Amino acid sequence: MSNRRLKEKIVEALVRASGVASILIVSLIFVFLLKEGARLFFTVRPAAFLTGTSWYPISEPPDFGILPLILGSLLVTLGAAVIAIPLGIAAAVFIAEVAPGRVKEVLKSGIELLAAIPSVVLGFIGMVTIVPWIKDTFHTPTGLTAFAGSILLAFMALPTIVSIAEDALHSVPRAYKEGAYALGATHWQTIYRVVVPAAASGIVAAVMLGIGRVIGETMAVMMVTGNAASMPRGLLAPVRTLTATVAAEMGETVQGSDHYFALFAIGIVLFLITFVINMIADIFLHRKRR
Amino acid sequence: MTKKMMALLIAAALCAWPVSQAQAAKKGSLQVKGSDTMVNLVQAWAEEYMAKNPSFIAVTGGGSGTGLAALINGTCDIAMSSREIKAKERALAEAKGIYPKEFKVALDGLAVIVHPDNPVTGLTTDQLAGIFTGRTRDWKEIGGNPGRIVILSREVNSGTHLYFKEHVLRKGDASSREEFSPDALLLPSSQAIADEVAQNKGAIGYYGMGYISPRQKALKVAPSEGAEAVAPTVDNVVSGAYPISRPLFIYTNGKPEGDTKLFMDYILSPEGQAVVEKIDFVPIVK
Repeated sequence: MSNRRLKEKIVEALVRASGVASILIVSLIFVFLLKEGARLFFTVRPAAFLTGTSWYPISEPPDFGILPLILGSLLVTLGAAVIAIPLGIAAAVFIAEVAPGRVKEVLKSGIELLAAIPSVVLGFIGMVTIVPWIKDTFHTPTGLTAFAGSILLAFMALPTIVSIAEDALHSVPRAYKEGAYALGATHWQTIYRVVVPAAASGIVAAVMLGIGRVIGETMAVMMVTGNAASMPRGLLAPVRTLTATVAAEMGETVQGSDHYFALFAIGIVLFLITFVINMIADIFLHRKRR
Repeated sequence: MTKKMMALLIAAALCAWPVSQAQAAKKGSLQVKGSDTMVNLVQAWAEEYMAKNPSFIAVTGGGSGTGLAALINGTCDIAMSSREIKAKERALAEAKGIYPKEFKVALDGLAVIVHPDNPVTGLTTDQLAGIFTGRTRDWKEIGGNPGRIVILSREVNSGTHLYFKEHVLRKGDASSREEFSPDALLLPSSQAIADEVAQNKGAIGYYGMGYISPRQKALKVAPSEGAEAVAPTVDNVVSGAYPISRPLFIYTNGKPEGDTKLFMDYILSPEGQAVVEKIDFVPIVK
């Protein structure tokens, strides 16, 4: 008896320890980020950092203005959202409500497979297919543009959006649908008047999590967006994103230099952006449960 | 039971054996890191050297800044750099008890490249500065077909990026504040620049002479208005006629000792300098 209780205790302690550990690790990461990033603000004012329009980190004296990088990240993300959200929700509705059994299984595993493609591979494919296509179709001086990044990122956000939105649609109670049919609604009317509104909060959460994935993506974006740190002039111009900047420059910096601290400060900005996005997703997920 | 134990022990011993061997090999191993321009060159040196000596040399790229940062952070033994170490970097190194010692090991010409169909064949350094700072925006201003100039540059961790900025954009003037145009596309490697130039008729970029291939056209460069434009060849770099050439460096921590010293001696020997020519760079001692 006591042996059993002891086992119970041990298991409980282990489970608790792993729960606490994950929270602890996240807070340690944030503390480290804050500690290293905040040291930039001894030499650069936070306002100048966030609203400065030129990024010349290795010049003498250096310019650490990340506004073009923030706008670059937002522009690429916005473009990806415009492509991925309608596509993702439509795919989720089709899988959850319309597709017959076998098609549904094939589509679901196909979309999961999409999530398994490493981003470098997607970036490489984008570089040799999407980039020349954009250059020829839109007659831009170069195909390395924000739009190329948006298309690739849309592909990366799709699996997240589709699978979570599909879950949400799937968990809409049967009774709702039956009620709609009983009132004489057609299949399509039932979907867009009853099922989708009932699953709305889950769908919003799916979209937010998809966007959260997109804004943190680095490798593919670095390969196709051209990385020019000018103020973005639209989807068909090159941009430089926050993540690509950190990835491209981290290797070069000497630990303890202003440039090094500036990259960590970019990390803080990225952390805050994804934190807010995940918070919004979380709020919507909880609202759904109630 | 004892038989099982014996088997376990033998298995454990077998597992441990290669590990201790690897550790032994590690004693004579050197980590070399830095300039992408120099990776092929130093790799060739390392291979020849390893064929005659028992030590192991690992060569990785990443950019001159990356190599110097690694030397300062203590994660490599030898840094390759296509630019001189900055005073700031030296100060940071000394604060960490590391004293970078400089060796000039070869010369390199920087080729300015365009698409093979581009009618432009030669430019002056002033025209190049105009293009890369963004003042000259259209090819027709410098005798090409009308069309927007797409500027390609290496990322800021590249010694080539820095050298080009200091010697072409700023013409060696330390007080100059010229910068690459913010519209310049920063590509992660010389190969990426070569690929984009090969498929983009409006692009202009630069890379080390070793990369020159028929898929891009290397421009002739004139040191000043009215002077003769010179092609980037080994002979022109040696004679000093080609205006955009630079020394390549290796940095060690303090005076080299042991394996590092042997490797450095080999690099600077006539044998080592013969390798330089094979890799299409320019030897420092003729």
